[in-house]
Amino acid sequence: MDPEVSRDTGHGKGQDLLLEPGHTLATVTDKISSIVLTRGTKSGWAWGFVASFALLMLFFVAVSYLLVKGVGIWGINIPIAWAFAITNFVWWIGIGHAGTLISAILLLLHQKWRTSINRFAEAMTLFAVACAGMFPLLHMGRPWLFYYLVPYPNPMWMWPQFRSPLVWDVFAVSTYLTVSLLFWFVGLIPDLATLRDRAKKRAAQIIYGVLAMGWRGSAVHWSRYEVASLLLAGLATPLVVSVHTVVSFDFAIALVPGWHSTIFPPYFVAGAIYSGFAMVLTLAIPIRKYYRLEDLITIRHLDIMGKVMLATGLIVAYGYMMETFMAFYSGNPFDRYMIMNRMVGPYFIVYWTLIACNIAIPQSLWWRKVRRSPFLLFLVSLVVNVGMWLERFVIIVVSLHREFTPSKWDMYYPTRWDWATYIGTIGLFLTLFYLFIRFLPMISIVEVRALVHETEKEEAA
Amino acid sequence: MPQIFHHSTNFISRMSIYGAVLIIGGLTYALYAIAMSPWYTDQNIAREQPVPFSHRHHAGELGIDCRYCHTSVEKSSFAGLPPTQTCMTCHSQIWTNAEMLEPVRASYRNDVSLAWTRVNALPDFVYFDHSIHVNKGIGCTTCHGPIAEMPLTYRAGTLYMSWCLNCHRQPEQFVRPKSEVFNPYYEPPSSTHPVVAEGREYTDQAAMGRQLVKEYKIYSLQNCSTCHR
Repeated sequence: MDPEVSRDTGHGKGQDLLLEPGHTLATVTDKISSIVLTRGTKSGWAWGFVASFALLMLFFVAVSYLLVKGVGIWGINIPIAWAFAITNFVWWIGIGHAGTLISAILLLLHQKWRTSINRFAEAMTLFAVACAGMFPLLHMGRPWLFYYLVPYPNPMWMWPQFRSPLVWDVFAVSTYLTVSLLFWFVGLIPDLATLRDRAKKRAAQIIYGVLAMGWRGSAVHWSRYEVASLLLAGLATPLVVSVHTVVSFDFAIALVPGWHSTIFPPYFVAGAIYSGFAMVLTLAIPIRKYYRLEDLITIRHLDIMGKVMLATGLIVAYGYMMETFMAFYSGNPFDRYMIMNRMVGPYFIVYWTLIACNIAIPQSLWWRKVRRSPFLLFLVSLVVNVGMWLERFVIIVVSLHREFTPSKWDMYYPTRWDWATYIGTIGLFLTLFYLFIRFLPMISIVEVRALVHETEKEEAA
Repeated sequence: MPQIFHHSTNFISRMSIYGAVLIIGGLTYALYAIAMSPWYTDQNIAREQPVPFSHRHHAGELGIDCRYCHTSVEKSSFAGLPPTQTCMTCHSQIWTNAEMLEPVRASYRNDVSLAWTRVNALPDFVYFDHSIHVNKGIGCTTCHGPIAEMPLTYRAGTLYMSWCLNCHRQPEQFVRPKSEVFNPYYEPPSSTHPVVAEGREYTDQAAMGRQLVKEYKIYSLQNCSTCHR
């Protein structure tokens, strides 16, 4: 037996498997495609969809009111001109990072455990980026002029201000969205063809048929598919690092104490992957239970994702530590004040909740028992999601509310419209996700079939 | 398994790839063309006025100086619209019974201003000053077009920011001798038609423009706050 391969798939060790035994090519295809095609709409799905759709409506109400009244309906004021909107933007875009990491970097690194989670991690990325992209636009005050951020031929003979990180954001996020969408779609094509071939209804045949773009599974198709996947993975890999780096520049290039720091790019990227994996777990654990996919998304997957969270969480903890250390080591009174204000200032509860959520509680992932208990892991992932949101709140609001000049000091309290917009995007995200798990194969059929094939080869050996 | 799609779908799907590129390109071009069209900008479209006042007749054929009516153009941001009394300096003597001029006489009798339709109006967020332009050698016709040939007045430029910047980025292409600012028939220098500027004769705009920009201390002002104050 080849020990290389057995470490990849977990077979031959009599323990952690990436795929429960007994699966053949046919059973994998049946199991995944039946969720979309034959099992029909389940009541649990329907109720979940209704709830998310209601939240989406809340989002529309909040945005309509915002367009009528302007950003004054939020709790922002002049020192704290950026509050919930940018907190949510960074939070969502961070969540989006796990998808690309799983699909691109882990593909290039030949990590077999990515196969059954990459599809919905990528979908999650797309939906999270969609939610993220809206906040800077809504925050602009006159969102209908958002196209001023794009360099296009115009009768003003104006370029966007290329020295502004807002413009960098536009390029970073739109590139990320485009590459993620292409990656996701290219990966879907063979599965869409499977659905087309298995669909019984004419409408489904036509829709999946159009989306499958004439895939016949010939050797030429497969070879091009492999090349395209690799090329896109190569394109997407730098994006994992670049997008959140650019987002961190929004802060790092400003002079505000608590923002003006060179540690921001790496610490933001680690935080993004941390929150991304937390969100993957938050979604994967209920889904695998509800759709009985425990044999495809095994305990081993959860275990590995728990370890990734632990590792990135430690990097984030290091970031917090260095921020605090540098504030004192630099001798800069403003930096020192900023850190003390975080710890004992008016928002101290937020800071210490953040430390509890992002550093203290996730230390439980050192225990194998926690990583292998779906319920406990789910709880930890929720806590990390909250913690990462609080981290952005602390960076943005708590840094801004005590800037250099005491006459500018103020407090920020979110209004109901702040909350409605934020919770509304969660509704948008979940609505899109519910539609995705109902109408598209949420696990890559093709890649799991490849995994079956490898497992069989191994067993034969 | 039966075919889902007709054979022609292959062709349609291939064409739709090129089609998408063409449609997106075409739409972009169409939008730009609409934005630049007189239909959208009112460029070159004569306005209805309470009295069909002809710049061609007054400024062209009769040779009345621009400043006779637009009195504040050298001193103020606003060129000024003449009061009815200015019209009546002549029209109390000539064409006193012309039907066309009845609104003018009515205005004079009743002491109610004529309500002209504004032809060139910049948005309120733009600061524009006539005096600095005419005092630095930018002629009336540079912006207002061939005014001495307009029976009814129309807007000669788009009034887009690109139109302003076109000159602000290269004033040497447009500057003329100060003595020619109010000449509605002014033509830039050429080999057949030399222009005398500040005591020197020029046969091309490039040489004259360079010299005048220096002499008149014209700066290429392109700061946002030059106009958006």
